[in-house]
Amino acid sequence: MTDSEIMAKVADLMVDVFDVDDLDITPATSADDIEEWDSLSHIRLMISIERAFKVKFLNEEIAELKNVGELVQVIQQKLA
Amino acid sequence: MVATLDWLLPAPPDFRAQLKALRADCGTDAPAATIEERLSSLALHQLDLNRLGQLARAGADWAAIQAAGAHGPALLARLRLGLIGAGTLDLLADAIAGSALRHRVLAEVVVGDYGSAVTDALNPASRLRSAGLDAVLLVPDHRMLGLDRPQLEKAAAEALVAAALETLSAMVAGLSEDAPAGVLVATLVPPLEPLFGSFDALEPGSVHAMVSAVNAGLVAMAASGRITLVDFARAASWAGLAGWHDDAQWHAAKLAISPDMLPLAGDMVARVLGALRGTSRKALVLDLDNTLWGGIIGDDGVDGIAVGQGSARGEAHLAVQALALALRSRGVVLAVCSKNEEATAKAPFTDHPDMLLRDEHIAVFVANWGDKATNLRAIAAALNIGLDALVFLDDNPVERAQVRRELPMVAVPELPEDPAHYARMLAMAGYFEAVSFAAEDRVRADAYKANAERAAFAGTSDMAGYLASLDMVVEVRPFDSMGRARIAQLINKSNQFNLTTRRYTEAEVAALETDRQAVGLQFRLADRFGDNGMIAVVILRQSSEATLEIDSWLMSCRVLGRRMEEATLAAIVAAARARSAATLLGRYRPSAKNAMVADHYARLGFEPVSTAEDGSSEWRLALAGWQPPELPMRFEGPMAELVAA
Repeated sequence: MTDSEIMAKVADLMVDVFDVDDLDITPATSADDIEEWDSLSHIRLMISIERAFKVKFLNEEIAELKNVGELVQVIQQKLA
Repeated sequence: MVATLDWLLPAPPDFRAQLKALRADCGTDAPAATIEERLSSLALHQLDLNRLGQLARAGADWAAIQAAGAHGPALLARLRLGLIGAGTLDLLADAIAGSALRHRVLAEVVVGDYGSAVTDALNPASRLRSAGLDAVLLVPDHRMLGLDRPQLEKAAAEALVAAALETLSAMVAGLSEDAPAGVLVATLVPPLEPLFGSFDALEPGSVHAMVSAVNAGLVAMAASGRITLVDFARAASWAGLAGWHDDAQWHAAKLAISPDMLPLAGDMVARVLGALRGTSRKALVLDLDNTLWGGIIGDDGVDGIAVGQGSARGEAHLAVQALALALRSRGVVLAVCSKNEEATAKAPFTDHPDMLLRDEHIAVFVANWGDKATNLRAIAAALNIGLDALVFLDDNPVERAQVRRELPMVAVPELPEDPAHYARMLAMAGYFEAVSFAAEDRVRADAYKANAERAAFAGTSDMAGYLASLDMVVEVRPFDSMGRARIAQLINKSNQFNLTTRRYTEAEVAALETDRQAVGLQFRLADRFGDNGMIAVVILRQSSEATLEIDSWLMSCRVLGRRMEEATLAAIVAAARARSAATLLGRYRPSAKNAMVADHYARLGFEPVSTAEDGSSEWRLALAGWQPPELPMRFEGPMAELVAA
């Protein structure tokens, strides 16, 4: 999977998790940019990503993530 | 199978788009019944947490719109539920609210503050207790109660268990004050990790044994009527404890229930909410060919169908019959709906030696070549129950799809290819969830059968002669502890013959027994065909010195057409005169289901007082000079003389 394919899939999941339609997701997007991205929906997002990509995160792998770009990188490493 | 709720259809890929379209329609003048049926239909899928959350939000938004506006009466029951317990509960809240729609309850879930379960419960001024709740669900866990470490001194272990139960009891006592529909408590789900191993069960201080002891205490509390049990421990054992406890999620997000298990946990709660609100199903309608037996009776004949011991296929279908019989013994009415010639379809019930189900178990038997949706309508009409009280079991996916499309309110479980799993699918779906088991339940299925015989008997004579020949005896009593459970059950289950559809819990019914400003009346009806048990309930409230208001008047539809309404009024008038009242005030509050009683008070000779925009109406009856009509029944019980005089 390329980074942009992962990115597109993550963006689809975000629509489902945050339950909003017009999300413009870029690698620089962070929780600060999306009103619905609070701590609770962050838990939901991680659960959804784990299920969709069939990966499991360690807590320390996702604790320090700053933006969607870094999230995509973690998923890419897990898939490799 | 269980954790994924395999009896439901997979969610459509465009679930969110469908929900969005529905939300758009919420803003139009579409009737509430249509909107709410669609909400409930969307819930009839295997939904992950995100979709349960989306559905929960759509339900909450709609509830606000419906409450504010002119969309007509609501279709789904309403319930405001407080949720407190261990850890992060918001995801469970979404799962409950989303799943509740599946069980025809529009629930609003208010979550307590994180880590504040005990103060939320004990402090009368807490945000949770001040939230105007109907009910509260308490989901404790072993950690919250200090049971997460072994206590290997026997006395200390016992003290720890006692303290845990005292904490829970105090929380229940506090919550009860602000939860008129009751406090629900989830059983503790035992952690997996053994200390000794199998010996843990014998060592009272093992975490495993202490958790079991607390759960036994909760069962005792439920048996005394203080709480309603939601058996999470049982659900976890169905799905597997290892899947229920996810330590990584507990450490990271304080999720006491693994995300994979939340849809099951939510559905477990939703079933109980449905049972409390009277939306549990009442009748099981069975297909025949390849459902009750293997093979096609029209082609294979009585000798050729597979049912009974000796073949795996025959045993699988026999298991379906055994489950149906077990359900019947607890009050679920059985019916048959089959595409067959009637005589051919009935033959195995009389002629096949291995059939468990016999003619006498089936209240309504419909076998013809018509479509199943039409036949299900006829079955519901014959049983005098709503279509939303039916479960339809059919191996044929085409029939299932047709019924779902035509009658979305009928519950239709998905079935796998192998009939070995049919019985489990039906049982695990939780359609017939109950929160009590009364004497009437044991004989209900017989009562429906007897009713069919009465109907046949009625066809042979004139109405008055028929009623007179029934030798009806009405027993009227004030509310008492013996009748309490059944009174509460009737109050919460009766939808059609129900003037105000006010729901009261068993605790509230108990309070009415001693309320000096109210009179509760319970009615039983027996006749030559058998005892119908308790069939009507009336609650009167003193609204002024000279006026009694009929707060609630409801009756089982089984006894329609027996002039029971007039007999009930005679008892109401007698009770009102005993309190020196001069006027009775009646009220009709329309619901999605009670149109049959819109003219109830007019038929009984009440004067109309007013009619409101939403269709509700007020009626008055002056008691001076009122005479009861000649009735085809006699009265018994402590109030009999009063009524006769």
